[in-house]
Amino acid sequence: MSIFSLFRKQQRSAPMARERLQVLLAHERASLESDLVSILREEILAVIAKHVEFDPDKVRIKMDRDDDVSILEIDVEIPLNAARLAA
Amino acid sequence: MGKVVVVTSGKGGVGKTTSTAALGAALAQRNEKVVVVDFDVGLRNLDLVMGAERRVVYDLVNVIQGDAKLIRDKRLETLFLLPASQTRDKDNLTAEGVERVIAELKKYFDWIICDSPAGIERGATLAMRHADMAVVVTNPEVSSVRDSDRIIGLLDSKTLKAERGERIEKHLLLTRYDANRAQRGDMLKVEDVLEILSIPLLGIIPESMDVLRASNIGAPVTLADARSIPAQAYFDAARRLAGESLPITIPGEKRSFLDKIFARRAA
Repeated sequence: MSIFSLFRKQQRSAPMARERLQVLLAHERASLESDLVSILREEILAVIAKHVEFDPDKVRIKMDRDDDVSILEIDVEIPLNAARLAA
Repeated sequence: MGKVVVVTSGKGGVGKTTSTAALGAALAQRNEKVVVVDFDVGLRNLDLVMGAERRVVYDLVNVIQGDAKLIRDKRLETLFLLPASQTRDKDNLTAEGVERVIAELKKYFDWIICDSPAGIERGATLAMRHADMAVVVTNPEVSSVRDSDRIIGLLDSKTLKAERGERIEKHLLLTRYDANRAQRGDMLKVEDVLEILSIPLLGIIPESMDVLRASNIGAPVTLADARSIPAQAYFDAARRLAGESLPITIPGEKRSFLDKIFARRAA
């Protein structure tokens, strides 16, 4: 520590606390939501599987978040013959 | 029918027990019938903070298992205490038992104030289970704010009200606040914490020697010295809890002459 650092003004720490919290909590809240996505994924797939055959690897489920609403996107690729079988 | 309030925080040591005692006493000082219930099985402290530690005969588990008496406060006729068990196994605190006791207490009291243990385990979720409203006690410090965010999530998912699709009323009680340090940028400000947690503010309790003094002598802050600054802050918080709308004041905002000079220079 040099003698000059004694005179240098220490940086205010509250803004750092605020910023770190905002980043961390945004992340933690999102990960709680992803638990919900995995529950939804499981149950939705179970329902679809009752009626058509599909490859579980060709399913995409996404949760997007706006300011006011969350949008759940489900994208299931159903092979042609499986769809016909169900119909 | 009484209102059930849970005083909770996630993090330990932020002032749940102090706040339970002070809010309970403040409401009882308005002549409302109040019972404060300690849910911290094995680590009870509400009895000590209230100065009733030598009068504990029955505890929450006794009450759950059958016939037992509450402790009436020696100073206030309308204030009662139900202590937690100190020695018994935590598993004696059953969900059904708690439900029965709370339902019974609601018949006789205006307020049932539940002092939650720290953490997010069973004790904490049992304490919040039947709540109509929650007081989330938070210090202006990163770990406390983070844990409060977690607790708010639990209040919105694990309480009976939440499961029924109703809204549980949540209030932020900011404790150990130092207006001067916040002003200097060394402590999170009231508005920072409010913006991050986004629940309405019940009150701001300043960091104060009077709080430690009250627990030393075994009296709720509002009884130890009703004119002290933290006691006034708790009285205001209790009035807001009871539904009055009062403007929020930041205790200790009056800065000294020297502080003002330095603040101006920094700005």
